[in-house]
Amino acid sequence: MTEKGPTPLERFINGILPENPVYRQVLGMCPTLAVTNGMKAAMTMAAAVAFVLVCANILTSLIRNLLKPHLRILVFTLTIATFVTVADRIIAAYMYDMSKQLGPYIPLIIVNCIIICRCEVCASKQNVLTAATDALGQSLGFALALASIASVREILGSGSWFGIEVMPAGWPDWVVMVLPPGAFLTLGLLLGAANWIGELAARRRTTQGVA
Amino acid sequence: MEYLSTLILIALSAALINNFVLHYFVGICPFIGVSRRVDMAFGMGCAVTFVISIAALLSWLLTYYVLREGAPLTVVLTRDPTVDLSILNYIVYIFVIASSVQFVEMYVRKYFKPLYKAFGVFLPLITTNCAILFACLEIMKHVSGVSDPAQMWGVLESLVMAASGGIGFTIAIVIMAGIREELDHCDVPKVLRGAGITLITAGILALAFMGFTGVDRGLQKVLQGRDKAAESAEAPDASAQTSRNWETGI
Repeated sequence: MTEKGPTPLERFINGILPENPVYRQVLGMCPTLAVTNGMKAAMTMAAAVAFVLVCANILTSLIRNLLKPHLRILVFTLTIATFVTVADRIIAAYMYDMSKQLGPYIPLIIVNCIIICRCEVCASKQNVLTAATDALGQSLGFALALASIASVREILGSGSWFGIEVMPAGWPDWVVMVLPPGAFLTLGLLLGAANWIGELAARRRTTQGVA
Repeated sequence: MEYLSTLILIALSAALINNFVLHYFVGICPFIGVSRRVDMAFGMGCAVTFVISIAALLSWLLTYYVLREGAPLTVVLTRDPTVDLSILNYIVYIFVIASSVQFVEMYVRKYFKPLYKAFGVFLPLITTNCAILFACLEIMKHVSGVSDPAQMWGVLESLVMAASGGIGFTIAIVIMAGIREELDHCDVPKVLRGAGITLITAGILALAFMGFTGVDRGLQKVLQGRDKAAESAEAPDASAQTSRNWETGI
Protein backbone atom coordinates (compact mmCIF):
# COMPACT_ATOMS: atom_id res chain seq x y z
CA MET A 1 0.00 0.00 0.00
CA THR A 2 2.74 2.41 0.97
CA GLU A 3 4.26 4.16 -2.01
CA LYS A 4 7.98 4.39 -2.36
CA GLY A 5 9.19 7.81 -1.49
CA PRO A 6 11.19 9.75 1.07
CA THR A 7 11.52 8.18 4.54
CA PRO A 8 9.70 9.84 7.45
CA LEU A 9 12.89 11.60 8.57
CA GLU A 10 13.57 12.94 5.09
CA ARG A 11 10.01 14.23 4.88
CA PHE A 12 10.46 16.00 8.23
CA ILE A 13 13.63 17.75 7.05
CA ASN A 14 12.17 18.50 3.60
CA GLY A 15 9.28 20.38 5.15
CA ILE A 16 11.52 22.78 7.05
CA LEU A 17 13.62 24.27 4.26
CA PRO A 18 13.87 22.45 0.91
CA GLU A 19 10.08 22.30 0.53
CA ASN A 20 9.17 25.18 2.81
CA PRO A 21 5.39 25.68 2.49
CA VAL A 22 5.60 29.47 2.22
CA TYR A 23 8.82 30.17 0.34
CA ARG A 24 8.98 27.11 -1.92
CA GLN A 25 5.37 26.05 -2.44
CA VAL A 26 3.79 29.53 -1.97
CA LEU A 27 0.88 28.07 0.02
CA GLY A 28 -1.07 29.41 2.98
CA MET A 29 -0.76 33.06 2.04
CA CYS A 30 -3.67 34.50 4.07
CA PRO A 31 -2.26 33.93 7.57
CA THR A 32 1.27 34.58 6.31
CA LEU A 33 0.29 38.09 5.31
CA ALA A 34 -2.41 38.87 7.83
CA VAL A 35 -1.02 37.98 11.24
CA THR A 36 2.67 38.78 10.80
CA ASN A 37 2.62 42.35 12.12
CA GLY A 38 3.88 41.07 15.48
CA MET A 39 5.82 38.04 16.67
CA LYS A 40 3.30 37.02 19.33
CA ALA A 41 0.38 36.83 16.92
CA ALA A 42 2.50 35.05 14.32
CA MET A 43 3.68 32.39 16.75
CA THR A 44 0.16 31.78 18.08
CA MET A 45 -0.99 31.32 14.51
CA ALA A 46 1.91 28.96 13.76
CA ALA A 47 1.04 26.87 16.84
CA ALA A 48 -2.62 26.68 15.87
CA VAL A 49 -1.75 25.63 12.31
CA ALA A 50 0.70 23.03 13.64
CA PHE A 51 -1.95 21.55 15.95
CA VAL A 52 -4.56 21.36 13.19
CA LEU A 53 -2.10 20.05 10.60
CA VAL A 54 -0.74 17.26 12.81
CA CYS A 55 -4.18 16.16 14.03
CA ALA A 56 -5.78 16.30 10.58
CA ASN A 57 -2.87 14.42 8.99
CA ILE A 58 -2.99 11.66 11.62
CA LEU A 59 -6.76 11.25 11.34
CA THR A 60 -6.72 11.30 7.53
CA SER A 61 -3.97 8.72 7.52
CA LEU A 62 -6.00 6.47 9.86
CA ILE A 63 -9.10 6.57 7.67
CA ARG A 64 -7.27 6.59 4.32
CA ASN A 65 -8.54 3.14 3.26
CA LEU A 66 -12.17 4.10 3.88
CA LEU A 67 -12.09 7.24 1.71
CA LYS A 68 -14.10 7.37 -1.50
CA PRO A 69 -12.16 9.34 -4.15
CA HIS A 70 -14.90 11.79 -5.09
CA LEU A 71 -15.75 12.62 -1.48
CA ARG A 72 -12.25 12.87 -0.09
CA ILE A 73 -11.87 16.66 -0.33
CA LEU A 74 -15.13 17.12 1.57
CA VAL A 75 -13.99 14.66 4.25
CA PHE A 76 -10.64 16.48 4.57
CA THR A 77 -12.37 19.83 4.93
CA LEU A 78 -14.79 18.58 7.58
CA THR A 79 -11.94 16.93 9.53
CA ILE A 80 -9.96 20.16 9.41
CA ALA A 81 -13.01 22.23 10.39
CA THR A 82 -13.50 20.06 13.48
CA PHE A 83 -9.93 20.51 14.67
CA VAL A 84 -10.01 24.23 13.89
CA THR A 85 -13.09 24.55 16.10
CA VAL A 86 -11.15 22.83 18.90
CA ALA A 87 -8.14 25.13 18.43
CA ASP A 88 -10.37 28.19 18.28
CA ARG A 89 -12.11 27.31 21.56
CA ILE A 90 -8.79 26.60 23.31
CA ILE A 91 -7.32 29.94 22.22
CA ALA A 92 -10.53 31.78 23.17
CA ALA A 93 -10.47 30.12 26.62
CA TYR A 94 -6.81 30.60 27.57
CA MET A 95 -5.61 33.58 25.46
CA TYR A 96 -8.67 35.80 25.15
CA ASP A 97 -6.85 38.96 23.97
CA MET A 98 -4.94 37.01 21.33
CA SER A 99 -8.17 35.41 20.14
CA LYS A 100 -9.69 38.90 19.72
CA GLN A 101 -6.61 40.11 17.86
CA LEU A 102 -6.46 37.16 15.45
CA GLY A 103 -10.22 37.42 14.89
CA PRO A 104 -11.39 35.68 11.71
CA TYR A 105 -7.95 34.35 10.82
CA ILE A 106 -8.18 31.38 13.22
CA PRO A 107 -11.33 29.99 11.54
CA LEU A 108 -9.76 30.78 8.17
CA ILE A 109 -7.20 28.02 8.90
CA ILE A 110 -9.94 25.71 7.55
CA VAL A 111 -9.29 26.92 4.02
CA ASN A 112 -5.52 27.15 4.46
CA CYS A 113 -4.13 25.40 1.41
CA ILE A 114 -1.15 23.90 3.30
CA ILE A 115 -3.34 21.57 5.33
CA ILE A 116 -5.54 20.34 2.49
CA CYS A 117 -2.44 19.94 0.34
CA ARG A 118 -0.66 17.77 2.95
CA CYS A 119 -3.80 15.67 3.52
CA GLU A 120 -4.13 15.10 -0.22
CA VAL A 121 -0.48 14.61 -1.12
CA CYS A 122 0.80 12.75 1.91
CA ALA A 123 -1.64 11.65 4.60
CA SER A 124 -4.18 9.98 2.31
CA LYS A 125 -1.47 7.67 0.95
CA GLN A 126 0.98 7.06 3.79
CA ASN A 127 0.94 5.38 7.20
CA VAL A 128 0.44 7.28 10.44
CA LEU A 129 4.12 7.73 11.35
CA THR A 130 5.02 9.16 7.95
CA ALA A 131 2.00 11.45 7.95
CA ALA A 132 2.75 12.74 11.45
CA THR A 133 6.42 13.50 10.79
CA ASP A 134 5.53 15.11 7.48
CA ALA A 135 3.00 17.33 9.25
CA LEU A 136 5.53 18.25 11.94
CA GLY A 137 8.14 19.19 9.35
CA GLN A 138 5.71 21.28 7.34
CA SER A 139 4.43 23.10 10.40
CA LEU A 140 7.98 23.85 11.57
CA GLY A 141 8.74 25.23 8.12
CA PHE A 142 5.59 27.33 8.27
CA ALA A 143 6.52 28.62 11.74
CA LEU A 144 10.01 29.56 10.49
CA ALA A 145 8.55 31.43 7.53
CA LEU A 146 6.06 33.30 9.73
CA ALA A 147 8.85 34.13 12.21
CA SER A 148 11.10 35.58 9.49
CA ILE A 149 8.35 37.80 8.06
CA ALA A 150 7.05 38.85 11.47
CA SER A 151 10.58 39.72 12.68
CA VAL A 152 11.20 42.05 9.76
CA ARG A 153 7.79 43.69 10.07
CA GLU A 154 7.76 44.08 13.85
CA ILE A 155 11.35 45.32 14.16
CA LEU A 156 11.01 47.87 11.36
CA GLY A 157 7.39 48.75 12.03
CA SER A 158 7.30 49.12 15.80
CA GLY A 159 10.95 48.85 16.83
CA SER A 160 10.33 45.82 19.03
CA TRP A 161 10.52 42.02 18.93
CA PHE A 162 8.06 39.93 20.93
CA GLY A 163 7.03 43.27 22.45
CA ILE A 164 10.58 43.96 23.75
CA GLU A 165 12.19 47.17 22.51
CA VAL A 166 15.20 46.31 20.36
CA MET A 167 15.77 49.42 18.28
CA PRO A 168 17.53 52.49 19.76
CA ALA A 169 15.32 55.14 21.31
CA GLY A 170 14.00 57.61 18.78
CA TRP A 171 13.62 54.94 16.09
CA PRO A 172 11.08 56.35 13.67
CA ASP A 173 8.54 53.52 13.35
CA TRP A 174 7.98 52.55 9.75
CA VAL A 175 4.23 52.47 10.21
CA VAL A 176 3.64 51.17 6.70
CA MET A 177 5.34 47.90 7.64
CA VAL A 178 2.62 46.94 10.12
CA LEU A 179 -0.12 48.03 7.70
CA PRO A 180 -1.30 45.80 4.81
CA PRO A 181 1.12 47.13 2.12
CA GLY A 182 4.11 46.24 4.32
CA ALA A 183 3.00 42.62 4.42
CA PHE A 184 2.94 42.31 0.63
CA LEU A 185 6.27 44.13 0.19
CA THR A 186 8.08 42.14 2.90
CA LEU A 187 6.85 38.77 1.65
CA GLY A 188 7.64 39.64 -1.97
CA LEU A 189 11.20 40.71 -1.15
CA LEU A 190 11.83 37.77 1.21
CA LEU A 191 10.53 35.40 -1.46
CA GLY A 192 13.03 36.90 -3.87
CA ALA A 193 15.80 36.55 -1.30
CA ALA A 194 14.88 32.90 -0.65
CA ASN A 195 14.97 32.16 -4.38
CA TRP A 196 18.33 33.91 -4.68
CA ILE A 197 19.87 31.92 -1.82
CA GLY A 198 18.45 28.70 -3.24
CA GLU A 199 19.94 29.48 -6.64
CA LEU A 200 23.37 30.30 -5.17
CA ALA A 201 23.38 27.03 -3.24
CA ALA A 202 22.39 25.07 -6.34
CA ARG A 203 25.12 26.74 -8.39
CA ARG A 204 27.77 25.97 -5.76
CA ARG A 205 26.63 22.32 -5.67
CA THR A 206 26.96 21.94 -9.45
CA THR A 207 30.40 23.60 -9.60
CA GLN A 208 31.62 21.33 -6.77
CA GLY A 209 30.18 18.35 -8.63
CA VAL A 210 32.15 19.29 -11.77
CA ALA A 211 35.37 19.91 -9.87
CA MET B 1 -32.91 57.15 4.11
CA GLU B 2 -30.95 56.12 7.17
CA TYR B 3 -31.22 52.44 6.14
CA LEU B 4 -30.23 53.14 2.55
CA SER B 5 -27.16 55.11 3.58
CA THR B 6 -26.14 52.27 5.92
CA LEU B 7 -26.32 49.89 2.96
CA ILE B 8 -24.29 52.22 0.75
CA LEU B 9 -21.65 52.54 3.45
CA ILE B 10 -21.47 48.76 3.94
CA ALA B 11 -21.09 48.26 0.19
CA LEU B 12 -18.40 50.92 -0.19
CA SER B 13 -16.52 49.67 2.83
CA ALA B 14 -16.49 46.05 1.63
CA ALA B 15 -15.64 46.84 -1.99
CA LEU B 16 -13.02 49.56 -1.71
CA ILE B 17 -12.00 50.79 1.73
CA ASN B 18 -11.55 47.40 3.37
CA ASN B 19 -10.96 45.52 0.14
CA PHE B 20 -11.04 41.76 0.78
CA VAL B 21 -7.73 41.10 -0.96
CA LEU B 22 -5.73 44.22 -0.24
CA HIS B 23 -6.89 44.91 3.31
CA TYR B 24 -7.95 41.59 4.81
CA PHE B 25 -5.64 39.35 2.71
CA VAL B 26 -8.34 36.82 1.89
CA GLY B 27 -8.46 35.21 -1.52
CA ILE B 28 -4.73 35.65 -2.08
CA CYS B 29 -4.31 32.22 -3.72
CA PRO B 30 -6.46 32.99 -6.80
CA PHE B 31 -5.20 36.59 -6.69
CA ILE B 32 -1.70 35.29 -7.37
CA GLY B 33 -2.62 32.13 -9.29
CA VAL B 34 -5.29 33.31 -11.75
CA SER B 35 -4.19 36.91 -12.38
CA ARG B 36 -2.09 36.19 -15.45
CA ARG B 37 -4.66 37.35 -18.02
CA VAL B 38 -7.46 39.90 -17.74
CA ASP B 39 -10.25 37.73 -19.18
CA MET B 40 -9.46 34.82 -16.85
CA ALA B 41 -9.22 37.16 -13.89
CA PHE B 42 -12.60 38.64 -14.75
CA GLY B 43 -14.13 35.17 -15.04
CA MET B 44 -12.75 34.20 -11.65
CA GLY B 45 -14.01 37.45 -10.11
CA CYS B 46 -17.52 36.88 -11.46
CA ALA B 47 -17.57 33.27 -10.26
CA VAL B 48 -16.48 34.35 -6.77
CA THR B 49 -19.07 37.15 -6.63
CA PHE B 50 -21.77 34.70 -7.67
CA VAL B 51 -20.88 32.01 -5.14
CA ILE B 52 -20.17 34.47 -2.31
CA SER B 53 -23.70 35.92 -2.63
CA ILE B 54 -25.34 32.49 -2.49
CA ALA B 55 -23.16 31.34 0.42
CA ALA B 56 -23.89 34.59 2.27
CA LEU B 57 -27.64 34.16 1.86
CA LEU B 58 -27.54 30.55 3.07
CA SER B 59 -25.23 31.24 5.98
CA TRP B 60 -27.30 34.22 7.11
CA LEU B 61 -30.44 32.06 7.11
CA LEU B 62 -28.69 29.27 9.02
CA THR B 63 -27.03 31.60 11.53
CA TYR B 64 -30.19 33.57 12.18
CA TYR B 65 -32.68 30.72 12.42
CA VAL B 66 -30.60 27.76 13.64
CA LEU B 67 -27.11 28.48 14.94
CA ARG B 68 -27.12 31.60 17.12
CA GLU B 69 -27.98 31.60 20.78
CA GLY B 70 -31.76 31.64 21.12
CA ALA B 71 -32.30 30.98 17.42
CA PRO B 72 -36.05 30.57 16.78
CA LEU B 73 -35.98 27.25 14.95
CA THR B 74 -33.64 25.51 17.38
CA VAL B 75 -35.55 26.77 20.41
CA VAL B 76 -38.83 25.49 18.98
CA LEU B 77 -37.35 22.09 18.19
CA THR B 78 -35.50 21.53 21.46
CA ARG B 79 -37.92 23.45 23.74
CA ASP B 80 -34.87 24.86 25.53
CA PRO B 81 -34.41 28.67 25.29
CA THR B 82 -30.74 28.56 26.35
CA VAL B 83 -29.54 26.24 23.60
CA ASP B 84 -26.57 27.58 21.62
CA LEU B 85 -25.28 25.74 18.57
CA SER B 86 -22.61 28.30 17.66
CA ILE B 87 -19.84 25.76 18.26
CA LEU B 88 -20.95 24.15 15.00
CA ASN B 89 -20.56 27.41 13.05
CA TYR B 90 -17.36 26.63 11.16
CA ILE B 91 -18.33 23.11 10.17
CA VAL B 92 -21.73 24.29 8.94
CA TYR B 93 -20.24 27.17 6.95
CA ILE B 94 -17.66 25.05 5.17
CA PHE B 95 -20.37 22.51 4.38
CA VAL B 96 -22.64 25.26 3.02
CA ILE B 97 -19.82 26.61 0.85
CA ALA B 98 -18.79 23.22 -0.52
CA SER B 99 -22.34 22.21 -1.34
CA SER B 100 -23.34 25.57 -2.83
CA VAL B 101 -20.30 25.44 -5.11
CA GLN B 102 -21.35 21.94 -6.13
CA PHE B 103 -24.97 22.98 -6.81
CA VAL B 104 -24.01 26.14 -8.66
CA GLU B 105 -21.72 24.09 -10.85
CA MET B 106 -24.45 21.56 -11.70
CA TYR B 107 -27.07 24.26 -12.31
CA VAL B 108 -24.82 26.36 -14.52
CA ARG B 109 -23.71 23.30 -16.47
CA LYS B 110 -27.32 22.31 -17.17
CA TYR B 111 -28.89 25.68 -18.00
CA PHE B 112 -26.11 28.09 -18.97
CA LYS B 113 -23.74 26.25 -21.28
CA PRO B 114 -21.68 29.29 -22.42
CA LEU B 115 -21.35 30.56 -18.86
CA TYR B 116 -20.19 27.11 -17.75
CA LYS B 117 -17.52 27.14 -20.43
CA ALA B 118 -16.41 30.58 -19.25
CA PHE B 119 -16.31 29.65 -15.54
CA GLY B 120 -15.16 26.10 -16.18
CA VAL B 121 -12.14 25.32 -14.11
CA PHE B 122 -12.67 28.11 -11.60
CA LEU B 123 -15.85 26.86 -9.96
CA PRO B 124 -14.44 23.86 -8.06
CA LEU B 125 -11.45 25.95 -6.97
CA ILE B 126 -13.71 28.37 -5.18
CA THR B 127 -14.49 25.94 -2.35
CA THR B 128 -11.11 26.63 -0.82
CA ASN B 129 -11.24 30.38 -1.47
CA CYS B 130 -10.86 32.10 1.88
CA ALA B 131 -12.90 35.11 0.71
CA ILE B 132 -16.14 33.11 0.86
CA LEU B 133 -15.55 31.73 4.34
CA PHE B 134 -14.46 35.20 5.43
CA ALA B 135 -17.78 36.66 4.26
CA CYS B 136 -19.64 33.96 6.23
CA LEU B 137 -17.56 34.76 9.34
CA GLU B 138 -18.27 38.49 8.98
CA ILE B 139 -21.98 37.68 8.86
CA MET B 140 -21.59 35.45 11.92
CA LYS B 141 -19.88 38.33 13.75
CA HIS B 142 -22.71 40.70 12.95
CA VAL B 143 -25.55 38.27 13.66
CA SER B 144 -24.59 36.09 16.62
CA GLY B 145 -21.76 38.27 17.94
CA VAL B 146 -23.80 41.39 18.77
CA SER B 147 -25.65 41.82 22.03
CA ASP B 148 -28.04 44.56 20.87
CA PRO B 149 -30.74 43.15 18.53
CA ALA B 150 -31.07 46.56 16.84
CA GLN B 151 -27.45 46.33 15.64
CA MET B 152 -27.96 42.86 14.17
CA TRP B 153 -27.54 42.57 10.41
CA GLY B 154 -30.58 41.61 8.38
CA VAL B 155 -30.46 39.50 5.26
CA LEU B 156 -30.12 42.58 3.03
CA GLU B 157 -27.07 43.96 4.84
CA SER B 158 -25.39 40.55 4.67
CA LEU B 159 -26.11 40.14 0.98
CA VAL B 160 -24.90 43.65 0.14
CA MET B 161 -21.71 43.12 2.14
CA ALA B 162 -20.95 39.79 0.46
CA ALA B 163 -21.77 40.88 -3.09
CA SER B 164 -19.76 44.08 -2.85
CA GLY B 165 -16.91 42.15 -1.28
CA GLY B 166 -16.98 39.95 -4.36
CA ILE B 167 -17.02 43.01 -6.59
CA GLY B 168 -14.05 44.39 -4.67
CA PHE B 169 -12.24 41.10 -5.25
CA THR B 170 -13.03 41.36 -8.98
CA ILE B 171 -11.72 44.94 -9.11
CA ALA B 172 -8.48 43.99 -7.37
CA ILE B 173 -7.81 40.87 -9.44
CA VAL B 174 -8.59 42.61 -12.77
CA ILE B 175 -6.28 45.53 -11.96
CA MET B 176 -3.61 43.03 -10.98
CA ALA B 177 -4.04 41.05 -14.21
CA GLY B 178 -3.79 44.26 -16.24
CA ILE B 179 -0.52 45.14 -14.54
CA ARG B 180 0.84 41.61 -14.96
CA GLU B 181 0.09 41.60 -18.70
CA GLU B 182 2.30 44.70 -18.96
CA LEU B 183 4.91 43.15 -16.67
CA ASP B 184 5.44 40.38 -19.22
CA HIS B 185 7.27 42.93 -21.36
CA CYS B 186 9.49 44.09 -18.50
CA ASP B 187 12.90 42.87 -17.47
CA VAL B 188 12.13 41.57 -13.98
CA PRO B 189 15.07 40.18 -11.95
CA LYS B 190 15.05 36.42 -12.35
CA VAL B 191 14.63 35.60 -8.64
CA LEU B 192 11.56 37.82 -8.32
CA ARG B 193 9.70 36.41 -11.32
CA GLY B 194 6.30 34.87 -10.59
CA ALA B 195 5.03 35.25 -7.04
CA GLY B 196 7.71 37.69 -5.85
CA ILE B 197 7.00 40.55 -8.24
CA THR B 198 3.26 39.90 -7.98
CA LEU B 199 3.39 40.38 -4.21
CA ILE B 200 5.45 43.56 -4.50
CA THR B 201 3.01 44.93 -7.08
CA ALA B 202 0.15 43.99 -4.75
CA GLY B 203 1.92 45.94 -1.98
CA ILE B 204 1.99 49.08 -4.12
CA LEU B 205 -1.65 48.47 -5.06
CA ALA B 206 -2.53 48.13 -1.37
CA LEU B 207 -0.80 51.47 -0.73
CA ALA B 208 -2.97 53.00 -3.43
CA PHE B 209 -6.13 51.48 -1.93
CA MET B 210 -5.19 52.95 1.46
CA GLY B 211 -6.10 56.27 -0.16
CA PHE B 212 -9.75 55.26 0.29
CA THR B 213 -9.38 55.27 4.07
CA GLY B 214 -11.74 57.79 5.60
CA VAL B 215 -13.92 58.12 2.51
CA ASP B 216 -16.69 56.34 4.43
CA ARG B 217 -16.69 59.00 7.13
CA GLY B 218 -16.88 61.79 4.62
CA LEU B 219 -19.69 60.06 2.81
CA GLN B 220 -21.49 59.38 6.08
CA LYS B 221 -21.42 63.10 6.81
CA VAL B 222 -22.86 63.90 3.40
CA LEU B 223 -25.54 61.19 3.49
CA GLN B 224 -26.66 61.73 7.04
CA GLY B 225 -25.77 65.40 7.07
CA ARG B 226 -29.12 66.78 8.06
CA ASP B 227 -29.70 64.39 10.97
CA LYS B 228 -26.12 64.56 12.18
CA ALA B 229 -25.86 68.34 11.97
CA ALA B 230 -28.45 68.69 14.68
CA GLU B 231 -26.79 66.01 16.81
CA SER B 232 -23.25 67.38 16.55
CA ALA B 233 -24.51 70.85 17.50
CA GLU B 234 -25.62 69.33 20.79
CA ALA B 235 -22.48 67.27 21.41
CA PRO B 236 -19.47 68.91 19.76
CA ASP B 237 -16.96 67.19 22.07
CA ALA B 238 -17.85 63.70 20.95
CA SER B 239 -17.38 64.36 17.23
CA ALA B 240 -14.11 66.21 17.84
CA GLN B 241 -12.90 63.24 19.89
CA THR B 242 -13.69 60.72 17.15
CA SER B 243 -11.97 62.76 14.46
CA ARG B 244 -8.86 63.10 16.63
CA ASN B 245 -8.84 59.34 17.28
CA TRP B 246 -9.12 58.72 13.61
CA GLU B 247 -6.14 60.95 12.82
CA THR B 248 -3.91 59.27 15.37
CA GLY B 249 -5.12 55.87 14.16
CA ILE B 250 -3.49 56.61 10.84
